Amino acid sequence: MIAASPTSTWYLVLAAVLFGIGTVGVLVRRNPLIMLMCVELMLNAVNLSFVALSKKLGDIGGQTTVFFVMVVAAAEVVVGLGIIVAILRRRPNATADDLAELKG
Amino acid sequence: MQLFVFICAGLMILVGAVGVITRSHPVHAALSLILTLFGVAVMYIAQDAQFLAAVQVIVYAGAIVVLFLFVIMLLGVDKMEDLRIEPFKLQRKVAALVGGGVIGLIVFAAISSRDNIGLAKPAQSDAVTAVGTVAHDSNVRSIARDLFSDHVLAFELTSVLLVIAVVGTVLLARRAPKPTTETSA
Repeated sequence: MIAASPTSTWYLVLAAVLFGIGTVGVLVRRNPLIMLMCVELMLNAVNLSFVALSKKLGDIGGQTTVFFVMVVAAAEVVVGLGIIVAILRRRPNATADDLAELKG
Repeated sequence: MQLFVFICAGLMILVGAVGVITRSHPVHAALSLILTLFGVAVMYIAQDAQFLAAVQVIVYAGAIVVLFLFVIMLLGVDKMEDLRIEPFKLQRKVAALVGGGVIGLIVFAAISSRDNIGLAKPAQSDAVTAVGTVAHDSNVRSIARDLFSDHVLAFELTSVLLVIAVVGTVLLARRAPKPTTETSA
């Protein structure tokens, strides 16, 4: 083992930075597609910390949870993109500011 | 060597993530997202989670980003978004404050608790997922054992979730038929 091999805390810090970047993206960007991508960034940050802690604790349950998170993320993207397609078909170039009402 | 891998993959992740939120062109943002997802996959391999790395590349980089690109191309929304205008005053500053606060809090929690992460372990280590299982079996085998024994109900429920998602998306994406049969409730 090299002395400076990365510990789980390094991975957790990296995941925190990734989560923060995703948060800023969701708050700042107005294109709904990009907001969905930023949600994916946040999910990946959480997955990364799950795997880091799974390795640290020697518990495979963290990796199983990541598997479920991936399944739910895929379903979320499918439904989210369906909603975005339905919205953008009705009014092109809509941003998140234009979507204040549910009615088309 | 591990440090080298960590630094390279970390740079991939961070550069990609910053690219996602700063590129004004949606296609560029999607490509930056691929960079981040591959970096995360490298991190998974570095932490002995080979199955998740494969799933990450196949599902995320292969399916989800392609889905994003399809929507971008099909809808023709691949226009530049002018990032210089700020629709709300203080939005960027507040967002930066919130993001920095989130990062600071999580980093503080991670660093301050780094010595007692494993302390709660002996209370729950009587499950099948002990260290020896991870060490002896391959990664796929131990995940399968955990998935199909302890979490088999949740695994079955994901199939329900996927069916609901598919049906809902088909319903959403279909053009609404002419409201001849619509009953006013």
